[in-house]
Amino acid sequence: MDINQVLSASFFIALVTAGIRLSIPVLVTVLGEIITESAGVMNLGLEGIMAVGGVVGFLTAFNLQGGSLHSSPQLAIYFALIAGFVAGMGMGLIMAFLSVTLRADQTVCGVTIVLLGVSLSNYLYRQAMNTLAESLVSLTIYKIPYLHKIPILGPILFEQNLVFYLVIVLVLVVHFFLFKTRRGLEIRSVGENPAAAATSGISVEKTRYLATIVGSGLTGLGGAILTVVQLGLFRENIIAGRGWVAVALVIFSRWRPKNAVIGALVFGLADSLQYRIQAVTQVTYGKNTVPYEFLLMLPYLLTIGVLLFRNSSSDAPATLGEPYVQDAR
Amino acid sequence: MNREPSKIQRRRTDIFHTASPTVLNLISIPSGILLGLILGAVLIVIAGADPIASYKIMFSSSLGGKNQIIETLIKACPLLLIGLGLSASFKAKVWNIGAEGQYYIGALFGWMVGMYGTALPKPVLIPLMLTAGLIGGSLWGLLPAILKIKNGMNVIISTLMLNYIAILIVQYLARGPLQEPGGFLPRTAKLERIARMPQMFGTRLHLGCVIALLLVPVVYYIFTSTPLGFKLRAVGSNPKVAKYAGFNVNLAIFIALIFSGALAGMAGTIEISTAYQRLQSSISLNYGFNGVLIALLGRTNPWGVLLTSIFFAALTIGVENLHVVIGLPVSLSDAIQALVVLSVMVVDSYIRKKAS
Repeated sequence: MDINQVLSASFFIALVTAGIRLSIPVLVTVLGEIITESAGVMNLGLEGIMAVGGVVGFLTAFNLQGGSLHSSPQLAIYFALIAGFVAGMGMGLIMAFLSVTLRADQTVCGVTIVLLGVSLSNYLYRQAMNTLAESLVSLTIYKIPYLHKIPILGPILFEQNLVFYLVIVLVLVVHFFLFKTRRGLEIRSVGENPAAAATSGISVEKTRYLATIVGSGLTGLGGAILTVVQLGLFRENIIAGRGWVAVALVIFSRWRPKNAVIGALVFGLADSLQYRIQAVTQVTYGKNTVPYEFLLMLPYLLTIGVLLFRNSSSDAPATLGEPYVQDAR
Repeated sequence: MNREPSKIQRRRTDIFHTASPTVLNLISIPSGILLGLILGAVLIVIAGADPIASYKIMFSSSLGGKNQIIETLIKACPLLLIGLGLSASFKAKVWNIGAEGQYYIGALFGWMVGMYGTALPKPVLIPLMLTAGLIGGSLWGLLPAILKIKNGMNVIISTLMLNYIAILIVQYLARGPLQEPGGFLPRTAKLERIARMPQMFGTRLHLGCVIALLLVPVVYYIFTSTPLGFKLRAVGSNPKVAKYAGFNVNLAIFIALIFSGALAGMAGTIEISTAYQRLQSSISLNYGFNGVLIALLGRTNPWGVLLTSIFFAALTIGVENLHVVIGLPVSLSDAIQALVVLSVMVVDSYIRKKAS
């Protein structure tokens, strides 16, 4: 493929549209982790939780579309997303039990959750799927009347599926929840100063459980959106580091949902570039060719780059990663 | 919150209170392993197989005889080296998850020397390859160390991203510039006989394995009886106090990452000159990540790491046999390993919480 083709308008629109789609699973995961970390729990298990949400979502959609919901495959997708959310909550419960109740080292818990989630999902997938020819019915694209006719911007922003529109709403909801509601204030106060929060009658343990479980639910949902809506398939190790990228993007976002949108978009664009170009193996620029492996590296290089330029942890919740021991004296 | 019993009451009722960490490990690790194996049995039942018969097959095929034990030791070799290396990092609470990438770059360096150094005599070539692996791995460990010290970058994230990048570099080289001449597959040529690890004692046990086993007491000595071991532990337990006590915290982070990178790189070279013999996109069975679990489960103690890596290798070989005999997915061994580590952590944290 020639570099001029890459820069053509139709390719650009396709690239950005796909980029936005691919940023959605990561964005949902980042939002979940912002909630969890705001309460002071550092859940590093995202990669594994996304994998579990992804496999549960995929298997649910696959079985429903081939079975009882054969006539309404669209509905099956929404059930699958709910299943992914619930599976994520289950993983969150394990994480909360380890880190809040048992006060285990959160880094160690997180890494273990990753390895558990990834291996379990690979195992479940191998166990449940006997055929290789599997694919899912994809979601209907809704065109917003009039707006989708705007050149360039129209097809990118106003010709998307329902999940896209719902996730935009979700960003606002999470922001409103964390910064404008009483429950959100409680979560943040537990992350900033658990002793003071406990004195004012907030249960630190309960709040941290809630934040971890809801956050992991969103992470599971992110995994399910990736496999069910975005890719329409599951493969071993399909999350391919997106969970870890999400951990990095939480730092980049400085624990603010609206900043997460920017981070996820940048990542999604890099991701879509490598997906688009992978198919044609290389891009030529004059006489030079860029091997596709270098394009595959983009998202990972970008994650390091993003942290190079935005590495302040002063906005982090003050007690992030520290277990809370009530009545230390 | 319920009313807590007073401290005196708690102390009296608590059987674990006076137990030392070693005793706690002796309780938590075996019971955790048992719990993990029970949870693993559930997975086997889900797959429709008989768990007891399955575990019997797994045991006899991995530890049931001299040949089986040697195969298990060979399988344990890369895990042991990576686990020993990561123990240094984890002691200092430097969360290096990048052994997989360090292993790949080590394999690349070792392969290059082995491929283009065939004019050298074997007793020169093999040590040279191992050194190249050490250098390659430590260079890949140097990057996150610099990023951490210069920019304060989270080591977990930088080492992880570097894993993906290292694998892609090797994949590119094996498909492109280093591809087997005249070959069609994305892989390099095989190493010649001279560049393969010599086998020892008339068995399949190779030099790399022997080096890994000999390193166990060496690393144990470094950890327990040298200033370096003490510094790593001090930095891990409280970096602020360590700094106040005049330790160079950055230097400790630096050494920890180089040390684990070097051993992972050597593991890569050993595997490339024994099991794989050529570079291709996949030259690891998740060694880097399983090494993390091994270092954690072995409590960063070299002898614990030795036992754990043999246990993990036995599980892997056992499940490979189950796969052949009754068709269970190979990923079962990874799942059981993670379940065991999780169970040990639950039991361990529970006891520690009760004891505090």
